[in-house]
Amino acid sequence: METKRLVIVAVGGQGNLLASSVLGEAALLAGIPLHMSEIHGMAQRGGVVESSLVFGDAESTIISDGEADLLVGFEPAETLRAIGKCNADTVVITNLAPLMPYTVNIGQGVYPDLKELQDLIRAKTAKLIAFNAAALAKEAGNPLSVNMVLLGSLTQAGVLPLSVDEVKVAMRTKTKKAFLDSNLKAFDLGFAAAESA
Amino acid sequence: MLLLGNEAIARGAIEAGVAFTSTYPGTPSSEISTNFFQMARESELYFEYCTNEKIAMEVAAAAANSGVRSMCVMKHVGVNVAADALMTLAYVGVKGGMVILSADDPFMFSSQNEQDNRYYAKLAGLPMLEPSSVEEAKEMLPYAFDLSEKLQEPVLFRTTTRINHSSGVTTLGEIKKPNSKGNFTKDPLNLVVVPAVARNLHVKLLKNYDSARELAEKSEYNITTGSGNWGIICNGVGYNYVRDSIKDLDIENKVKVLRIGFSHPLPPSLIKDFLKGCQKALIVEEGEPYMEEAVKALAQEDGLTLPINGKTAGLFTRLYEYNPAQVKQCIAKYFDLPHTPPAAVDLSDVPPVPQRPPTLCAGCSHRATYHEVKKATEGMDTIFPSDIGCYTLGLLPPLSAADFLICMGSSVGTAGGFAQVNDQKVIAFIGDSTFFHSGIAGLINAVFNNHNFTLVILDNGTTAMTGHQPNPGVDMTQLNMEGYGKVSIEKVVRAIGVEHVTVIKPYKVKKSIEAIKESISYEGVSVIISEEICALYANALKLPKHKPFHVSDKCKNHKTCIDSLACPAFYIWQDRVKIDANLCTGCAVCAQICPENAIRPVKTEAQAQGH
Repeated sequence: METKRLVIVAVGGQGNLLASSVLGEAALLAGIPLHMSEIHGMAQRGGVVESSLVFGDAESTIISDGEADLLVGFEPAETLRAIGKCNADTVVITNLAPLMPYTVNIGQGVYPDLKELQDLIRAKTAKLIAFNAAALAKEAGNPLSVNMVLLGSLTQAGVLPLSVDEVKVAMRTKTKKAFLDSNLKAFDLGFAAAESA
Repeated sequence: MLLLGNEAIARGAIEAGVAFTSTYPGTPSSEISTNFFQMARESELYFEYCTNEKIAMEVAAAAANSGVRSMCVMKHVGVNVAADALMTLAYVGVKGGMVILSADDPFMFSSQNEQDNRYYAKLAGLPMLEPSSVEEAKEMLPYAFDLSEKLQEPVLFRTTTRINHSSGVTTLGEIKKPNSKGNFTKDPLNLVVVPAVARNLHVKLLKNYDSARELAEKSEYNITTGSGNWGIICNGVGYNYVRDSIKDLDIENKVKVLRIGFSHPLPPSLIKDFLKGCQKALIVEEGEPYMEEAVKALAQEDGLTLPINGKTAGLFTRLYEYNPAQVKQCIAKYFDLPHTPPAAVDLSDVPPVPQRPPTLCAGCSHRATYHEVKKATEGMDTIFPSDIGCYTLGLLPPLSAADFLICMGSSVGTAGGFAQVNDQKVIAFIGDSTFFHSGIAGLINAVFNNHNFTLVILDNGTTAMTGHQPNPGVDMTQLNMEGYGKVSIEKVVRAIGVEHVTVIKPYKVKKSIEAIKESISYEGVSVIISEEICALYANALKLPKHKPFHVSDKCKNHKTCIDSLACPAFYIWQDRVKIDANLCTGCAVCAQICPENAIRPVKTEAQAQGH
């Protein structure tokens, strides 16, 4: 089976690890070998959380620079920071709603211009799917469902060997019952956003 | 099912029938103990959070010497704390199986160094096992306990972050019913290490070492795969990168691989036989050249002259963790294979992305205390020895509240030395859990030697950094758990003989600054205990919440709040400071320092939206 490598980057609290565990469950259902690794030492302290998911025939649980087939960024500056994981054939999906690092708030850095950021990523990779996932999450009825919006988009992108049904079944087992409806709606909105991107 | 490495390890231990478990929490090992803690509430398993790793090893060693299968879990630097116990426990040995888990952290994702704990096995003369994957970690644990009982020695079980924090598909086995009743037999001439006894025990240890080496020769965890006259010897997660590289480079018929999973003692015959079929050999191991040096020495014994390389210039490094592309590239280079790595994108025109370092949470009481200490010491020359915990994050501006740190407990130990040889005022910071772990002895030393410094104990009522584990100062009834004691930090400090002790509530800014000023003017050892529950923990416990605050029209844009506190609940919108009502915990510290008194509790929806 062909190997596909997905890198997800997010800011602590955005639900990256839950999204990864939904994908893990979906792979398990689909019978696809999966190795996964996460760095979440200080997720709750506003740091960066990175997950690597390797689908198919491989043993490694981490992804080297230039090796990602798909990069999904939950926050635009973090997507740009992780651009080194990409090569010319990588598909990139990013949320466009910024979360200001406190270093910017106290004047120790400049947040990248969003248009310039998209142009840069587009020029260097095969495809960029960029939209305001936070707005869609709100529309779905739960501002915290940015992760589910992006799950929808990455399923639509078709890079990974996972179907909509497999991911949705996994969402049912891995996410809280109370949020299931808004999560499924968020997934659909993200899917549609990627379709029209 | 898909399990996190640390979950698989906990599962493997109970499938091995472990009955007694202990730890001091530390990333990347913490979730193993979180799982034991949960399991112990619902089964016969015994688990305890210990004050430090040495105690964790001692309690487990006693259980194992009473015939009970025991396991203690710690991060790699925790083994340093426990090393005194470890070295001589190797002499004494065990009766019931005992596994000591060391979670190493190459790249230091959440550690102060990346020491390679395989050397502890060598130093202590104890067997060591190292899994390469999540699944294998689980399978290896029953083997580890059996091995320990066979040799009557504790077994070191070494993981790295990429085992602990990877997930893999794992098949669950049967849980073995634990035997938790001990049966200790007096045997002082073998168990009390006076010199005459220890001399005999060292002989016994060397015999056990020889037996362990024989077992390593035949161990199912030292595996040879593939064929060819090139050789690769590897361990741990490096084995995965080697396998992927061999497939990608299409050299399955040219190279054979010796994966070492039983890594101390190394199996000499197995390695020599492996080398005899090779024209050249490459050693792939993260960390130190532990195997490389041993393999070269073994080759010398048999007069083998093939090239053996690993951490040679141009190949592997002793630094950080390895990754698949790096391993592939080194293999291609060493065996002279054509290889073009996928071209990573050109980064030369990517603008610098602002850093996003982890930071103290919104409403964190440490931020308040640091601000107050800075205010109380305005215009003074200071040295701030710090310690290990969330509060170390105060090192960055604007708080800039950490000047020196080496290890757990070093704040108070080094404070004495700094105070002795410098003129600056020394104010040391330590958390509650770290104080119990290794701060108390330092404080006793300071009182005895009459050092001149102030120790601030940041008591947030939990071990926050590693995920809110209890410590001896925690009221366990808050967690609905009975049968625990509670140690008062203030009583300990007073009992040690500290004559100037102050307790502050850091959310009361003015009062705290006055109390700090008074405390630091005291000649000798003074202690300030800053008591306020961790904001994240309060949230987890569902304690009553305070109203969030907002910036009202009275704001004249001094930005004193953001410049001196840098709370992550602040953000700048159109050059005005705003407060994110979703993040604000209502600690009211910023409201107290605003020169215009412009930060007010949220009363309307519009205020919550930042208007």
